[in-house]
Amino acid sequence: MPLAADDSGSEFHAPSLADFFPPAVLFEGTPFEINRVMIVRFIATAVLVTIIVIAAKRATLVPGRFQVMIEMVMDFAKKGIAYDVLGKKLGDKYAPVITTILFSVFFLNITGVVPFLNIAGTSVIGLPLIFALWVFALYLVDGVRALGVGGFLKGQLFPPGVPKPVYLVLTPVEFLQAFLLRPATLTIRLFANMMAGHLLLALCFSATSFLFFHAAATLKPLGAVTFVAGFAFYLLEVFVAALQAYVFAILTAVYLQMAVEPEH
Amino acid sequence: MIGAQVAGLLSAAEEAETPNPLLPETYDIVWSLVIVVILAFVFLKYALPKIQKVLDERTELVEGGLAKAETAQAEAAAALEEYQHQLQDSRTEAARIREEARAEGAAIVAESRTRAQAEAARIVENAQRQIEAERQQAEVQLRTEVGALATELASKIVGESLEDEARQSRVVERFLDDLEASTAADAGKGN
Repeated sequence: MPLAADDSGSEFHAPSLADFFPPAVLFEGTPFEINRVMIVRFIATAVLVTIIVIAAKRATLVPGRFQVMIEMVMDFAKKGIAYDVLGKKLGDKYAPVITTILFSVFFLNITGVVPFLNIAGTSVIGLPLIFALWVFALYLVDGVRALGVGGFLKGQLFPPGVPKPVYLVLTPVEFLQAFLLRPATLTIRLFANMMAGHLLLALCFSATSFLFFHAAATLKPLGAVTFVAGFAFYLLEVFVAALQAYVFAILTAVYLQMAVEPEH
Repeated sequence: MIGAQVAGLLSAAEEAETPNPLLPETYDIVWSLVIVVILAFVFLKYALPKIQKVLDERTELVEGGLAKAETAQAEAAAALEEYQHQLQDSRTEAARIREEARAEGAAIVAESRTRAQAEAARIVENAQRQIEAERQQAEVQLRTEVGALATELASKIVGESLEDEARQSRVVERFLDDLEASTAADAGKGN
């Protein structure tokens, strides 16, 4: 960390990629190494599991305010995403997966703006990758199950309605698209957004701190500017956390739709 | 802007031997997998089916309630229809009864009038008949009395030898006095 070499605190601490690879807390060097980001993920997971288990346990015919909130999100995942993209029948089938992804990604995103956690669980690539691979596996398996290997490959690699020679170009592109780009973009979109969000926030607030406490008197007013900017980015990040969860969920629905529905 | 920043940081990371953020660490994959499996299991095997069941129950209940309300409404409408029908019937019935009563009343009045007229006629007839009878009786009585009086008068006139006028008038006056006295006696007897 070349910009933050001094421990006295009089230097400007720029956020860096090291934030995403903090020192190990437990099991250093093993495949079960636990660091700050992992702990944040565990906390988010524990909170979400607690919330959803309580919601399920206390679910009653006449819902309370808490249950209504959970049901609203479930309803949105089902009607606003699953039914919208997949139609009623397939929508019913995939609504649980889409709901799970929406809730999970949102809770693991939102830790980026939760005080003291301050980093999104999804801002390190492993978690977005696993989510994307889950979707990928689901659409491979269910696509083959719905259309057969031949039907699935034909649907993915030979989109109808183009002259035959075009397939020479189109098929490799479609292959990349279906088997590499979809899961890769799903992963990177989420992870990069959350990572960038953290860097922005950390940059604004560490700049504020530096400008207020360590900079020359003439520069101190600038701290107000960075503070306001940090606050604005904070609100933006709350929005982005929800938006990226929504995007991930809706793309899950879209990819599943492309895999299991025969092309028209 | 963000891209440039990330790129800059990437180069900075390389210098400091920070891992490439695009390449996941083993522990990252392991724990991510654990987390996703836990979340998927809790959501798909436990929470979502349970909540969905409650939602379905609620839908069923609401639909049942709506159906019940609909039935109740239909029943109420039928009852109202019947009630109105009955009301209409009773109104017709009442009108009929009133009409009958009026007709009956009119008949009764007419009958009483006829009867009264007949009675009146009968009474008048009786009175006339009685008057006639009394008149006849008086006539008969008068006739016999006039005869007797005439006879008495005649005999008196004959007995008194009707020479002078003074006697004549005396006789006549006496007769008249007698007649007056007898009439008064008769009148006293008749009362």
